[in-house]
Amino acid sequence: MLTTEALVKELVEKNGRTRNSLMPVLQGIVQQEHYLSEEALLCVAKELDLAAADVYGTASFYTFLDTVPRGKNIIRVCKTITCHMKGKDEIVNTLSNALKIKVGETTHDKKFTLLTANCLGWCHKGPVMLINDEVYPELTPQKALEIVEEYAKSTH
Amino acid sequence: MENNLKKVDIIFEVDDKCTPLEVLDKTLKRSADDIILDLIDSGLKGRGGAGFPTGLKWKFTRNESGDVKYVICNADEGEPGTFKDREILDRVPEKIFAGMTICGYVVGAKEGYIYLRGEYNFLLKNLMKKLEDFNNALKKRNIDFRIFFKSGSGAYVCGEESALFESMEGKRGEPRNKPPYPTVAGYNSKPTVINNVETLVYTTMICHMGPERFKALGTSDSRGSKVFSVSGDTPIPGIYELELGMPLHEFVNEFGDGDTKAVQVGGASGHCVPRKKFNDTIIGFEGIPTGGSMMIFNSSRSMYNVLHDYLEFFTEESCGQCTPCRVGCQQLLKGIEAVKRGERPPAYLDDLKKLTGTMKIAAKCGLGQSVGNPFNSIIDNFREEIIY
Repeated sequence: MLTTEALVKELVEKNGRTRNSLMPVLQGIVQQEHYLSEEALLCVAKELDLAAADVYGTASFYTFLDTVPRGKNIIRVCKTITCHMKGKDEIVNTLSNALKIKVGETTHDKKFTLLTANCLGWCHKGPVMLINDEVYPELTPQKALEIVEEYAKSTH
Repeated sequence: MENNLKKVDIIFEVDDKCTPLEVLDKTLKRSADDIILDLIDSGLKGRGGAGFPTGLKWKFTRNESGDVKYVICNADEGEPGTFKDREILDRVPEKIFAGMTICGYVVGAKEGYIYLRGEYNFLLKNLMKKLEDFNNALKKRNIDFRIFFKSGSGAYVCGEESALFESMEGKRGEPRNKPPYPTVAGYNSKPTVINNVETLVYTTMICHMGPERFKALGTSDSRGSKVFSVSGDTPIPGIYELELGMPLHEFVNEFGDGDTKAVQVGGASGHCVPRKKFNDTIIGFEGIPTGGSMMIFNSSRSMYNVLHDYLEFFTEESCGQCTPCRVGCQQLLKGIEAVKRGERPPAYLDDLKKLTGTMKIAAKCGLGQSVGNPFNSIIDNFREEIIY
């Protein structure tokens, strides 16, 4: 795996050395490292010639640009009204019990972070969750559990 | 009961005899002014919710001087209860690309961007492939226009057009003051057309079938059809393209479960219509306009929970830039909780309604301005459920 510095350089090279590249660069770091470390934010500031506070300002605005350490797999269960009506609480509780973490926490082995999210755009097929970029609609607690177990097996 | 609800198939229609690229070829032979006239004549208004006439938006941008202009497709679909843009992006992306290219030709733009919400990143793999083919087809035709993707990162407010530009420019997604409007100074402060996904598909289809067929649908205030996202207590949730201007009771007859108590029209930022008003509510610009979200609630649902859910949503998604919205959303949420617990008298709800009035006047963007829509319509129609 690349060092953070090398990764930032590569992303800046690919997206261009302008302010307009800030989002894709930050998104690229999160893709690889699951969150934006202080080191990463400082590297980006240096490479794009921006104030570090400016970079942090942008990063801290967006839900998907985490500035605290996250697990390799980030689970986001939709909590908005129709998913709520279709039983998102059961899904959250089931995953919370299985992973032994509360919402907002990361497992000790750093494999999973459990989060809730605002409307994911699957209101007709709720409850729904995202794991990283993948979407899993029409969940039951059993189904959610099986999906997460698959991820547990394939994550090292 | 008689039901006149008219289902339409324009957005998702696949015509092998006339692909989006062929519509493009045909359309680019016409003058930009003729295309604008057709769009204005069709009566097409923006399908994202705000409903600005599309033809005028294109005309204003065309009339701006300057070599650099942009076309942006707003695919930051985040309104609770809305999922139609995802289906359109997944099923007929070429129609979106064609609409953007026609727009680029009309206004004189060489670059187009699709701002896709981060929650839809799973669509990208397939979309990138189709976009590459489309961009190559443009290159082969010597059409000087290219389309690119930009991803969002989970911020509802970025669906607000000026916040979307800020995000594309690498900044916090905080809405700008208007004017200037995007047609004058949008992305990179250049003249910009920003249209919803569905609007762009309709522009392609109006260029294909002519304004007459589109105009024949709907009412004089709400021309054409619209894709609705139907969810909640319905046996048949999903995507439906329907003629605009329908009475709500016909919609409920078709989609309700026989026990419908209320319909939230237009998502969390829209209006809640109770059963007693189904008969005299029209879905369209003359009644209640909507970006397509139709959430159905039956009598087993607590409207307190519904409102609480919406207010939590707005409290989290308010960008925090302006005080009326940042503090207002928090206080509305705390306020209904206090009334529910009996710590505040029921009359406190009227003070909170006044607060939404202040937010409507003083908030900087549509987010804070529209929180009063769900708040007042739920408080007015289901007051007893909020108090007890």
